[in-house]
Amino acid sequence: MNNNVLLYIGRFLSLVLVQVFILNHINFLGYLNPFIYIIFILLAPLNIHKSLFLFLSFVLGLTIDLFGDSGGVHATACLVIAYLRPVILRSVFGLSYEFQTVKLSKVGFGQRLAYVTLMVFIHHIVLFSLETFNFSHTLLIAKKTLFSSLFSIIAIMLVLVLFRRKDS
Amino acid sequence: MQQIINFLIRNKNFLLFLLLLFLSLILTIQSHSYHKSKFISSTNFLTGGVYGWRYSVSNYFGLKSDNERLLQENEQLRNQISWLTADTIVTKFVDTTSYNKPFTFIKGVVYKNDYSKVDNYILINKGEKDGIEPDMGIITDKGIVGIVENTSKNYSRVISILNSNSRINAGLKKSNQYGSLVWNGKDPNIVQLETVPRQAILQKGDTIITNGRSTIFPRGIGIGTIINYKLDENQSYFLIDVQLFNDMTDIGFIYAIKSNDASEIRSLENPKIDE
Repeated sequence: MNNNVLLYIGRFLSLVLVQVFILNHINFLGYLNPFIYIIFILLAPLNIHKSLFLFLSFVLGLTIDLFGDSGGVHATACLVIAYLRPVILRSVFGLSYEFQTVKLSKVGFGQRLAYVTLMVFIHHIVLFSLETFNFSHTLLIAKKTLFSSLFSIIAIMLVLVLFRRKDS
Repeated sequence: MQQIINFLIRNKNFLLFLLLLFLSLILTIQSHSYHKSKFISSTNFLTGGVYGWRYSVSNYFGLKSDNERLLQENEQLRNQISWLTADTIVTKFVDTTSYNKPFTFIKGVVYKNDYSKVDNYILINKGEKDGIEPDMGIITDKGIVGIVENTSKNYSRVISILNSNSRINAGLKKSNQYGSLVWNGKDPNIVQLETVPRQAILQKGDTIITNGRSTIFPRGIGIGTIINYKLDENQSYFLIDVQLFNDMTDIGFIYAIKSNDASEIRSLENPKIDE
């Protein structure tokens, strides 16, 4: 238990640092950055206390906002996907989620991709809508959401494969 | 009463969600209004320190190009003062104790620079203790960068010209017509100059400079060149696309402009407000 808490704290810090130091400065094709820090939300334990989870997601987003001078856009986006996570888990994993037997490292590639895609896409829609904050830029929001989502999904899937835990 | 408490306990996650959502939306809305985005800012000691640490590693990679830029600027400055030969210097005495410079420049280094969002900010490593104040102009050797928005003891946050809230007075170099410089959020090297009256005579390649109508920038600091222009719907104003002299994706080092006459000018303009 104690070991797990340390693992989550370490994951929080390293994801924030990697995001802020490296990934926020990629600017592929001028504006594309992968947002992999939401792996923290994706991989949070399924039986985590819900209020604590909401609060942690908010703090995670706010930390990224602090570094990026973006007000509260990441905090909002993280909060929304943290709140919607049970719904998405239920729709993707069905019964095995209800019985709490699902393990992210064990599920098949298709299910994992569906889960990551849904979460990333919702996160990015909220993020870029609030970041642009202007309805006359709808096309820009759509373009950024689509391409950044692709970029993020690929990056997150790679990280999940590379850093898979080799426990039983 | 019992029922209310039961309701609160049953829905505590949803209520917490609403509360945090409300909080983050307020922060978001504030970040989109000029001069109000003070709560969430990278000028605090933690983020500033982390960015400083990052800079101390990454600045070694750009030393060669930085040197090149400094040499270029020196060359340009030397060309400007080439008439100052030994004879002219001896005969010209300027009493610097009573001579009041209208502007003072403070050097600084960019710790963090954004250009991919619609509202971009720049973090610099000079703050209140170096004499930086809000509403000071920021330039590089090539042209303008933005205006200081928010300061802390050691760091300042600059609202980049690549920000939808930024509006800077700018005009043509060859005439006195002016307009306001805004950004449409698309290309980080092209900004738009609006509300230039249609009487202005424009040509592609004309230079756009700051026109000194505010206390922020002195007149004559370069901004860019005209690459395209058209009349707006009402046929009364020009909409001009300006290619920036600066590469906004690679700023490096900056100068902050302190206007020594700012408070005097402001008190003349608003005599009611005691400065």
